[in-house]
Amino acid sequence: MFKEGEIRIPSGCAISAVISREGKKMTGEKIIESMIPMHDRSNGLGGGFAGYGIYPNHKDEYALHIFFNDKYRIEECEKILKDSFEIVEKELIPTRKMPEITDEPIIMRYFVLPLNSLLTSLQLDEKEFVVRVVMKINTEVDGAYVFSSGKNMGAFKAVGFPEDVGRFYKLDEYEGYSWTAHGRYPTNTPGWWGGAHPFGLLDYTIVHNGEISSYDANRRFIEMFGYKCTLQTDTEVITYIADYLIRRQGLSLTETASVIAAPFWETIDAKPEKEKEKLKYLRTVFSSLLITGPFSIILGFDGGLMALNDRLKLRSMVVGEKDDKVFIASEEAAIRTMEINAENLYSPMGGEPVIVKVKEGKF
Amino acid sequence: MIKINSENMNFKDLNDKVRKATEDVEIYGALGERFIGAGLSDKKLVIRGTPGNALGAYLNGAAIEVFGNAQDAVGDTMNDGKIVVHGNIGDCTGYAMRGGKIFVEGNAGYRAGIHMKAYKEKIPALIIGGTTGSFLGEYQAGGIIIVLGIGADKPVVGNFPCTGMHGGKMLLRSDCKGINFPKNVHAKPATKEDLAEFYPFIKEFCELFKKDEKEILNSQFTLITPDSNNPYKQMYVAN
Repeated sequence: MFKEGEIRIPSGCAISAVISREGKKMTGEKIIESMIPMHDRSNGLGGGFAGYGIYPNHKDEYALHIFFNDKYRIEECEKILKDSFEIVEKELIPTRKMPEITDEPIIMRYFVLPLNSLLTSLQLDEKEFVVRVVMKINTEVDGAYVFSSGKNMGAFKAVGFPEDVGRFYKLDEYEGYSWTAHGRYPTNTPGWWGGAHPFGLLDYTIVHNGEISSYDANRRFIEMFGYKCTLQTDTEVITYIADYLIRRQGLSLTETASVIAAPFWETIDAKPEKEKEKLKYLRTVFSSLLITGPFSIILGFDGGLMALNDRLKLRSMVVGEKDDKVFIASEEAAIRTMEINAENLYSPMGGEPVIVKVKEGKF
Repeated sequence: MIKINSENMNFKDLNDKVRKATEDVEIYGALGERFIGAGLSDKKLVIRGTPGNALGAYLNGAAIEVFGNAQDAVGDTMNDGKIVVHGNIGDCTGYAMRGGKIFVEGNAGYRAGIHMKAYKEKIPALIIGGTTGSFLGEYQAGGIIIVLGIGADKPVVGNFPCTGMHGGKMLLRSDCKGINFPKNVHAKPATKEDLAEFYPFIKEFCELFKKDEKEILNSQFTLITPDSNNPYKQMYVAN
């Protein structure tokens, strides 16, 4: 498994998502198909998916998906896991052998429960505890990467074209109420398994098309709060920013969007007084979390999705719906692949978040 | 007319087929195939479905009519010909267009008409029936942009229209109250004389999409033109 960070490759990317507002389950088939018309937005150096509601039999346990370079890393990593969690179940993530996907690491999943005694003695809430263990493994165990760590959800990613990655992980055998997908065209780095999208922490996942020019400013700020950017890819930092703002600072999704895609001062000045005050506050307090440069992202979380473009809208994004389902993608063609009769198609404005939630109690 | 079902067809094969065709072509089941009609100088193309990005890029005289929505970068650097879209259109429509006409029945995304240019008799025209996103006519250097705002429940253009505009003309069917234009352009209510120049395009639009010409013309229009013969003065250096 190669690490990235040395070569610079200029460029697209494709993102796609579907969610049922009624919490109805869908297999991974449609979301895989949605990536086919956008094939040429990727170059085969990364593809991935996140599915929500896919582990109903383990819904109360954290599902850790981990890449290992070799079996010796498993021992080292499991030592940390056993010190922190009760491991309810562990298994290899089922994959399909296929010529399109090669050089795969060992891919495991663990369903775990944090040890109560540790939570009490460390005085940490469960989620914070899980975050710390994930950061510990990703920084201290060379050759082991936790790439998914939420409850009743999971990220699946690899080096390859997204439609192949979806088949590789047999996503047609999973059922979820919400799916996101990504096809990668790495811009700054060669592309490796850990660097594929989605990036996940707890139940937050990000798929991203674009290139963040504020990466280092964002990274320096977020690393002050215990996050470690280990994957050398700009998207990783967006995931941590989402976790920091939503979980730790308690911001709403709309407020989070106003931080990372803050309107121009000129635009803020034109707003009504109350809104102006709030936008000013957010932009001032979290100025280091403003993300500049082109991006269209889809943030997945427990029970919902949020799509967002950079404030200048330098990347494309289309939203459509049909019955209980909402579709989001880089291109309308991807939406029409999932639902030929999709309705109310529109492109959100730059910086205008699109938030879709599953009805209360339906997931 | 040759009919082509583009389902499961690679965009390259589809475009080869279109190029080699000796008569007009109808494509049905279009779904994201890129560069359809790129550089084409003859023939008429009818497309049903959702054609992919860069539809009619470098178009050189052919006619394209889409029944459905179009995606990003339609008519990129188009030189001549006509593109008609019965639906909405994505971002960067008519990017650096230098001739020909694009008619859109619905809305356009961001950066429509960015860097359009003109030279002598080559005057490109972009006519949008609905509204557009931000940065309409960014760096416009020539040509004509018309936005009619038909059925709009929001401002006819988004933020920052005409940024860096230094040539050409823009006509918006709106009083443009609340729309901030940059200092480098001049916006004023269009007079009857002003409208005369735009009339043939509006007439053609109404014929194409079966709209009531009288109703559309009987509204307030705003004309935007660059304000100076030397738009870069003082922009970069004290000159």
